[in-house]
This record gives sequence, C-alpha cells and structure tokens, in this order.
Amino acid sequence: MSNVHSHLDQLEAEAIYIIREVAAECEKPVMLYSIGKDSSVMLHLAIKAFYPEKPPFPFMHIDTTWKFKEMIHFRDQKAAEYGIEMIVHTNQKGLDEGMNPFDHGAAYTDIMKTEALKQGLDKYGFTAAFGGGRRDEEKSRAKERVFSFRNEYHTWDPRNQKPEMWKLYNTRINQGESMRVFPLSNWTEKDIWQYIRRENIDIVPLYFAKERPVVHRDNNIIMVDDDRMKLQDGETIRREKVRFRTLGCYPLTGGVHSDADTLDAIIDETLGAVSSERTSRVIDHEASGSMERRKREGYF
Amino acid sequence: MKPLLKFITCGSVDDGKSTLIGHMLYDAKLLFTDQIKALELESKLGSRAGNIDYSLLLDGLMAEREQGITIDVAYRYFTSSHRSFIVADTPGHEEYTRNMAVGASAADLAVILVDVTQGLTSQTKRHLRICALMGIRHFVLAVNKMDLTGYDRKHFEEIKTNFEHMAASFNIASLQVIPISATEGDNITENSSHTPWYTGLPLLPYLELIEVGQTPAQDQFVMPVQRVSRPNHEFRGFQGQVETGTVSIGEELQILPGNESATVESLLFADEQAEEASAGQPITVQLNKEVDVSRGSVLTTDKNLQVNDMLSASVLWMDDRPLHSGRNYLIKIGTRTVPGSVMKIKHKTDTNTGEKLPADRIYKNELAECEISLAERIPFDKFSANASMGSMIFIDRVTNMTSGCGVVERSLQRSKNIEWQKTEITPDIRARQKGQVPLTIWFTGLSGSGKTTLANEIEKRLASAGYHTTLLDGDNVRHGLNKDLGFNEGDRVENIRRIAEVARLMNDGGLITLASFISPYESDRENAREIIGNGQFITVYVNTPIEVCEQRDTKGLYRKARAGEITSFTGVTGPYEAPSHPDITVDTAQYSVEDAAELILSEVIRPKISR
Repeated sequence: MSNVHSHLDQLEAEAIYIIREVAAECEKPVMLYSIGKDSSVMLHLAIKAFYPEKPPFPFMHIDTTWKFKEMIHFRDQKAAEYGIEMIVHTNQKGLDEGMNPFDHGAAYTDIMKTEALKQGLDKYGFTAAFGGGRRDEEKSRAKERVFSFRNEYHTWDPRNQKPEMWKLYNTRINQGESMRVFPLSNWTEKDIWQYIRRENIDIVPLYFAKERPVVHRDNNIIMVDDDRMKLQDGETIRREKVRFRTLGCYPLTGGVHSDADTLDAIIDETLGAVSSERTSRVIDHEASGSMERRKREGYF
Repeated sequence: MKPLLKFITCGSVDDGKSTLIGHMLYDAKLLFTDQIKALELESKLGSRAGNIDYSLLLDGLMAEREQGITIDVAYRYFTSSHRSFIVADTPGHEEYTRNMAVGASAADLAVILVDVTQGLTSQTKRHLRICALMGIRHFVLAVNKMDLTGYDRKHFEEIKTNFEHMAASFNIASLQVIPISATEGDNITENSSHTPWYTGLPLLPYLELIEVGQTPAQDQFVMPVQRVSRPNHEFRGFQGQVETGTVSIGEELQILPGNESATVESLLFADEQAEEASAGQPITVQLNKEVDVSRGSVLTTDKNLQVNDMLSASVLWMDDRPLHSGRNYLIKIGTRTVPGSVMKIKHKTDTNTGEKLPADRIYKNELAECEISLAERIPFDKFSANASMGSMIFIDRVTNMTSGCGVVERSLQRSKNIEWQKTEITPDIRARQKGQVPLTIWFTGLSGSGKTTLANEIEKRLASAGYHTTLLDGDNVRHGLNKDLGFNEGDRVENIRRIAEVARLMNDGGLITLASFISPYESDRENAREIIGNGQFITVYVNTPIEVCEQRDTKGLYRKARAGEITSFTGVTGPYEAPSHPDITVDTAQYSVEDAAELILSEVIRPKISR
C-alpha cells in the first residue's frame, strides 16, 4: 500500500476490494443491513464499489418487530433513495408464539435474531452474507477472519478457521456451507465516525442527543418507543437528553446521557469515551465469553 | 498523521507477547475504562497473585485463556497521538506456524520478542524466516525480561550482535533492537531509567516514527481485474485496485495474458471521475476499444510481468493433508484462480536452521521450494519485485481448504524438447476414422467389488458393437509402467497420475478407454479428471458392500490384510473416499454382471460415444 493515502483511504480501499471479490466470486451474496451506523458505512461502500452499476446483490434486514420506529423509517427511505432491493425477514413462528424481549431474555435474541437470520439465509439460499462486524468490538471477534465459514447449521468453529493470506481470499465452500464476510473487520469505532463525517453519510437520528422518553432499568437507560413497554413498579417515564451508541431492539438498547447533537460532538465524545461501545448492549453482560458462545451457535 | 502501521508480534510461548501489547495499551492510556475494569477483575480471578495480567486483554478465545497460550491471531487496534496501529498478536508454538504466517502476511513490520534469560532460540530464527518469507522488511527485536537480569547490558549486547548476524542473510530494510520489560514497563512508552546505556527510542515512539513504504522500484502500473462491470450497453468498466504505480487518462495499457493493448478513456476512483489514480486506490477503468478482458486479466504498463505456466515458488504448507509432488490444486494469484500441479519438490527447508533437505512430501507448517505447473499461461511476477503478483494460495479441490501459500521465486522455461509436437493428424481425425467419440470410463471401488469384471463385460459388448476400445487394469499397470512405484501415499498419487496420462493418450488415439482402479482418494480421481478432461471422463462407482467384497476375496488380499500381512489396505486399514458426484453408482451384490453392464452402457456410455 502506498504512503500517499490516509488511513481512512486505506480502510476504504480494503473494504471495497473485499466487497468486489465477493461479488465476483460468490454464487449468491447478500448484504445484511441492520440500519446501524456500521451498516450505513457498509451500504455507502457497496454503492461506491460498483458505481455506476448498482450493487449486484440484494440487502436483507432481520426485523424482530422491536426495532426503534425511526430505524424502520430510515431503512425504507434509504432503500428507495438508492433503488436497491431490500429484503425484510421476520421469524413469523417466533412472532406468533409471542416472543418478546421483556419476558424471554436471551431466548428472545436466539429466536428472533439468530434463528431469524438462519431462516432468512436459508429461505433465499444465500451463500455469502456481508456483515458489519468489526474486530475491535469484542475479544472473540478480534480473532475472526474476514471470510468466516459456517457449516450447514450456521455455526462457527473458531479452532478450524481457514488461513487468510495477504488478500488472496478463498471463497470456495462445500455443499451446505456458507460464509460471513466482514469488510469492516479492521475499522475501529472512531474510524467509522470519522468516515461518516468525511463522506457525509446519513445515519439514523437516534445517534444524536435529543430529549427522549426514557426509564431507568437495571443500570440501563431504556427508551419508551411504543406502548408495548410495560412499566415496572417504581418506574416513571422521564424526558432526558440521551443518545444511542449502538442501535437494536429498543428494549435491549441502553442509551447514554449526552449533549452530543452534532457529528463533531459525537466524535469528541467517542474519542474521550469511558466505555467501549458494546457495554450498551444488554446481552453482552451475561458472562465473559458470552459473545463467543453466541457466535458458535450462529449469532452474527 | 502518518498512515496506518500494521505490525505483528512474535516470539516463543513465554516470551511475553500478549503482556507487551497489553502493557503498551495500558500505559499509553488507550483503553476504555470498562476494559480496564474487566481486566482488573479478571486478573483477580486468575491465579497470578492478583497483579494486573496484561495478557488477558489479548488472549480472547476461551480455550486460550484456559490453556494460557495464544492459538490464533488476535488483532488489536489503537491510535496514539501520532499514528493508528493494527497489531496482530500471533502464537509462537511451532504447531501454529501457519497462524503466524497469517498475521505476517498482512503486516509491514514485525516485533520479535526474545527472553533475555533464554537468549536467541531456534524459534527466533523460524519467526524471522516466516516473517521475511511473507514479505516483512522491517523488524524490531524486543529483548524482554531485562528486569530478571538486573538490566544487564552485556547480556543485551550479546543477543543484539547474534541477532544482527542471524538477520544478515534476509532481505531486511530496517532493524532496531530494544531492551524492555513487558511486565515492568521499561522502554515501552518512555525511556527507562534502568537502561541509561540504551540511547534509542522506546518501542511505542519508535513504531510511531518508522517509515514502511513500498520499494521505490515499483513505479509501473499494475491492476489485476476483479470484475467487469456492465450495467448497460454503453458502459463496460474494469474494476480493481491499483497495486503499484500510477495510471492516467490517455495512457496505453497492456492487457495480460494476450498481446492486446488499449488506451484509458475514463477513470473512476470509487464513484468520482478522476484524471489519475495511484497505488492503493480502488478504481474502475474504461478503455477506448473492445478488448478481451475478464476477471483475472491484468492491466499494466509493466514490461517485466511474466506470462507463463511454469514457476518455482517457496511454499509454506498449512493443511493436515500433506503435499505430494503430482498433486493438483487450485492456485490463486492476484485475482485469477487456475488448476495447477506441484511437479517437483526440489527440497524442503528446515524452518529453524534454514538447512535444505531432500523430501518427497511436505507436512503442515513445513517450508519447501517447489516447481509448479499451471493449467494456463497467466501473468505473475517474482514476489520480491511485486508482492501482489507474486503471492499465491493453494486450495484443495475436494475440501476447499486453503492448504498452503507460496511466493514466486522465478518463472521457469519449459524445456524446448517437450514442447507439444504439432501433428497433422488430430485426435478428432483419429476418432472420426473410428466413427466414435473417445471417452475414459473410470471404475472406482473396493478390492473385490467387481470393477474389472464389469469393465471386461462392457468392453466385450462395445467391441462386438464395432467400437474400438482398450482396458487399463490396476494389477497389469503395476507389472509394467508403474513397477517402480510402491503403495505409500506419494506413490499412489503418482500411480494414478501416470494412468490418467496414459488414458488421455489412448483417448487422443480415438479409443474408448476403460480404467479399473481402486483409486480411493477423491483428490486423485479429480486429478485424473483434470488430466483427461472433464467432458471425456465418466466415473462409475462400484459400490459393493465391503462384507460382500471380503467374502469374495478373489485374490486372498482381505485375509492377508486382516492377518496384518498387508499394511494400509483400502477398506480394512486404509481409507476409501466415496466419489461425491459419480456419474453412476452400481452395487454388484444387487445386480448380475450382465444387468449392471447393460445399466452402465445405457445410462452413461451409449449416449456419449456415437457420432
């Protein structure tokens, strides 16, 4: 790599290279779209990688039906704006059984996210799925390859990863296997924000601080996004100025108090951050190593 | 702000790599408070006296924490006030050499640790060798655990001199030797008062300042084509990354392989129009005329790029299945993947001592120099001249594993003597004269499954219908053509390769060839298919249950195998890999020979052989 480019240029080039390799070599790729900031960056890179052609693969969102309303609005708006195919998949069986994040805890995540993702991939027969995972998010991710293989049950074997040399990616899979591909593997949270600013990428307004209706529950600040959220004894809805560092199902996504209502303010806050971003995801607290366990079972 | 620095840390098991990186992040205040809290909490739970155990930050996988060693590459990201870093922390054990190579292949610089109380070990030299092989040209030797020697300068200088001597035989652009203590934090972010005699920079400041650019000689434009973009009839663009040099509108480019050239009409840098693009940029190129360009083509101004199908490479093997000469793999160089065979293992190289040793097979984590023959003439370069055009991976055609990696040492000229003789009478003319389409029908199955009996019956029927045939049988071939071969795995590979070459010659002569061989390995049968040609190759899987075969035991071999008189007998003490995609499967316990022969003839042979 030449010395004349900035480190964001280097990361961008690497991601575009990976995205193009998948489009050229894989039989049926899909880009998973979670509506979060990393997905927004990945979508932006996919548009850039193929311009003036549209990305030669569809996008897929796994909708648990518990996402923030603003996220769904943003998703539909972006799909229309770029003219891309956006598949939305929900685990209908789980929904019919009344799975919800309040009563079912970890089982909810397994069924409405992990299981729903497997269903969606199997339904369309996708052989490669781009995800926005970054190695700086969590220790077990720090060891995952860019091209990560899943067996027919979509599970990951961390002890049997294919060696990944230079940028000679091996995209060949056996019958029934599939791949997860992480073009943002080498990006940090800070790189994501700086790139969003440099490229002027639209993100869901929930990332910016604003007064929102919230309750405090188990050391998390949870936004009351609709009336499915039942208050517990002693809880009251308060309006507080909060923003979200990651986005997911609103009952499982903790906000942080913040005055950062511009990109620059968010970046300043991130650079001086006292918590790494996954601490605001409720599921990761369960036990040290919980992410590795989830991933072996097929969680993205 | 300097560009990203990608570096790797390597050293032996207890040299303290993970501790060093953990301590660097901690001291440079590059951790989040929740990470620090988790670290302090986990240190207390661990057994090491409740002191902060910096290695816990990096040893991520649960299995590793339990064993106390690092088994896979862990990547860490941090940014100091001067530079962003990606550090790959890699395992030191010899059995994880391939994991270290993964980390090294993506790095610009290596920090090699040695324990001052142990001095340089054979592992140090192995790490240096693997890093150099993967293309690293900048090195730091961190002499660790200085606290245990009371910061003794003499010890340090001795190691420094020995290492410099060791490193002299590799192509190294920079080397810095630094005395440190990873647990105590000496010379990591600041110069230590314990080593006043060390006047160089501490580790982190050194890494912040080091320049690791490309070699200056790489000024020629090279872009392997990743994909051809054709959104509509007006637009045909070639997408790829500029690997070296620059390109601008109006420039004339060669298109390799092939002899065509064309002029750059437009350039897109990602989604922006550009006049010029340089190394590292993802671009889309439009040319001024219709030329033959597809994925794997190379657009270039470099006259030194080779287009050839024979090369010599240094290979690091990474698969549990060993490499034998004669084995066929998919080989990826740049953006092109072609079948290729390792024709000859010239020697293997002891990774510790560098000694060249004769070898007929290469096991996991071993290094060898090999001659490789590719199925097509493709563009490539020496690795030392152009890393992206001179690096390759080997993909197993059956398991799809990334089995090995290598770097091109040189292009080889095929001997003029073996250049294909152009003949006036072509295979097609010979076949027409016989009024048939030649084929190889490959019978595979256990000993006693009925392969040869079936092949004989089918040949009789073909001959009586006026077809021209021949039959190759395992035992007969071993009495003549292959009588120099034994039964170890390497010889079995060679046995099948020769048979396949003979079958192809028979096909070229217009003959329908029946080949009856146990051929227990899928990779060997795939190799035979490759040699003979996919369109001319039919696999008949004679899937007779082993109990039936053993009962028949026409040659008495099962009895001998059970008695331990034959080692590695297929089905008893050796594996048989069933074909994953046979053209037809028959069980001779279920059908009579006549019925089975008729079934094979009507299903897969007759539809193909008539003109």
